Amino acid sequence: MTSLVADDVAAASPPPASPRRRRSRLRLRSTLIGWSFILPNFLGFALLTLVPVVTLFYMSFTNWNVFGKADWIGLANFQRLLGDGSFRISVLNTLYYSVMHIPLTIVVSLGLALLLNNKLRGIAFFRTAAFFPYITSIVAIAVVWNLLFSPDYGPINQILRFIGFENPPGWLTSSEWAMPAVVIVSTWRDMGYYMILFLAGLQTVPRELHEAARVDGANVFQRFFNVTLPCLRPTMFFVTVMLTINSFKIFDLILVMTNGGPGQSTLVLSQFIYKKGFEESQFGYASAAAVALFLLCIVVTIVQFFWNKRRSY
Amino acid sequence: MTAIESPISRRQLEDVAEEQSPPPVDGKTLTPARRVARIVGYTVLVLAAVALLMPFFWMVMSSLKSANEVFSVPIKWFPETFVWSNYVEIWTESDMLTWIRNTLVLAVVVTFLQVLTGSFAAYGFAKMRFPGRDVLFLVYIGTIAVPWQSYMIPQFILLSNLKVSNTLWAIILIQAFGAFGVFLMKQYYETIPEELSEAARLDGLSEYAIWRRIMLPLSIPALASLTLLTFVNTWNDYLGPLIYLRSPDLWTIQLGLKSFVSNLYDTNYALLFAGLTISVIPIAVIFLLGQRFFIEGIATSGMKG
Repeated sequence: MTSLVADDVAAASPPPASPRRRRSRLRLRSTLIGWSFILPNFLGFALLTLVPVVTLFYMSFTNWNVFGKADWIGLANFQRLLGDGSFRISVLNTLYYSVMHIPLTIVVSLGLALLLNNKLRGIAFFRTAAFFPYITSIVAIAVVWNLLFSPDYGPINQILRFIGFENPPGWLTSSEWAMPAVVIVSTWRDMGYYMILFLAGLQTVPRELHEAARVDGANVFQRFFNVTLPCLRPTMFFVTVMLTINSFKIFDLILVMTNGGPGQSTLVLSQFIYKKGFEESQFGYASAAAVALFLLCIVVTIVQFFWNKRRSY
Repeated sequence: MTAIESPISRRQLEDVAEEQSPPPVDGKTLTPARRVARIVGYTVLVLAAVALLMPFFWMVMSSLKSANEVFSVPIKWFPETFVWSNYVEIWTESDMLTWIRNTLVLAVVVTFLQVLTGSFAAYGFAKMRFPGRDVLFLVYIGTIAVPWQSYMIPQFILLSNLKVSNTLWAIILIQAFGAFGVFLMKQYYETIPEELSEAARLDGLSEYAIWRRIMLPLSIPALASLTLLTFVNTWNDYLGPLIYLRSPDLWTIQLGLKSFVSNLYDTNYALLFAGLTISVIPIAVIFLLGQRFFIEGIATSGMKG
């Protein structure tokens, strides 16, 4: 198929003309060819991503319902969101999850990366093990951890009792411990991925800098904070942005593990959108909440981008 | 916005992905302090490895237990007798065969389309110059920061109006044209020297031929990364199928297993674990075979899911 297209293009090569006309025709040709490369992907991308994103904003100002009837209602959806207790809870829970998950994941994965950077034995095996949770399906992970967390007979609480905790937490059955349990699972799942990123970043740290600092008498911690960490800044920025976006949109893990419960203790923003949209068919109202998620992610990305830029000088 | 591209080059990742040289065996050169540090390091590593793998170990072991042995007090890490029949029963007790067939169809078609359109578009972005290119690429990049969850509703309404909701086509459409493949391939193409395509152009090769005969063969590692990642992603996807596939005969393995959990009245968890293990095995095999491509691919593009 490609050769057919190529022949076409060759046949359409311009006849000799004045240099300027030839140049403009050449440019037109290369523009057309360039677009022809992008078009197959772009058509799908535009139809399935760009069009929905633009439609989202329109829908959020309407009372679009299951019958597809939509009247413009201005900011009414957003006003309703502000007074909606469930929405507030879902936003707070999303932030609560993020505040626990982001630092924990950074500390654990950076710690492991520093350890692996020491050229210990068995690194290849460990890297494989660390990465494996990340490529396993959410359903399998969530189901297995749910059962590991069973309050009475689950292995985790049995181990906790064995090592002396009389009253181990109820985990997913307790509104207080359900979110920490979700954070444990998601950190367990993600740390191998971020560890790989940090490990690659660590290899950009010049060895001479470490040597120089050592000669100057800097101890391990001083070297970490004054040499390693500044050199890791690009990686750290990238990791923080990805972690933040991924935390704000957390959904499938919670859907399978807790379905937002007990009560609303693990209800997150994405799930609120899903509930209003697909379970209650209030598409307009759900879209307003989706706009909130959209803005949250964009704003945080932009803020982190500028913060990173300012700190670079 | 370009700054959210992964700062890590492929070269560095190849270093990460390659086997590291073993530490010096000569224990005498280590000072006592360093030896202690090394022992602590290994201890942490072993503990972390156990924590990482324990759930998988428990899953596999539980899949070989009898129904009432899964939650015994105290815990049994190994089954008393290995109940291999769980792996036979799961096929008759559930529609595993249908689920796996659907998932396989989706994963293969999505992967094919994503690799094809992604690498094709990436050539346009990386190797050609024309007006509108950079703006367009910025639009692609901008969508990294936009979670799918925020536009899943308009997308659903759109696909419902196109009458593809509740067909496998819906999943193919939403998965196959992602920006992901374009990024990954563009980043790789940019590492291929300009002189190669320049020389080919002088030899009279068309752009399409350059893509087909020069870029594709040279980008096999990146193509492998993209193929493996897309396949695994589609195999593991839960939310897309949850929203779009309502008829049980269209269910994927993830949807099927989830419904199997909710319908376990007689709670035969051993059977469930057998199903889960079967769903994880293909991914585990693919991962172990192509580990290098996974690590390079995920980290250079920095995106997944």
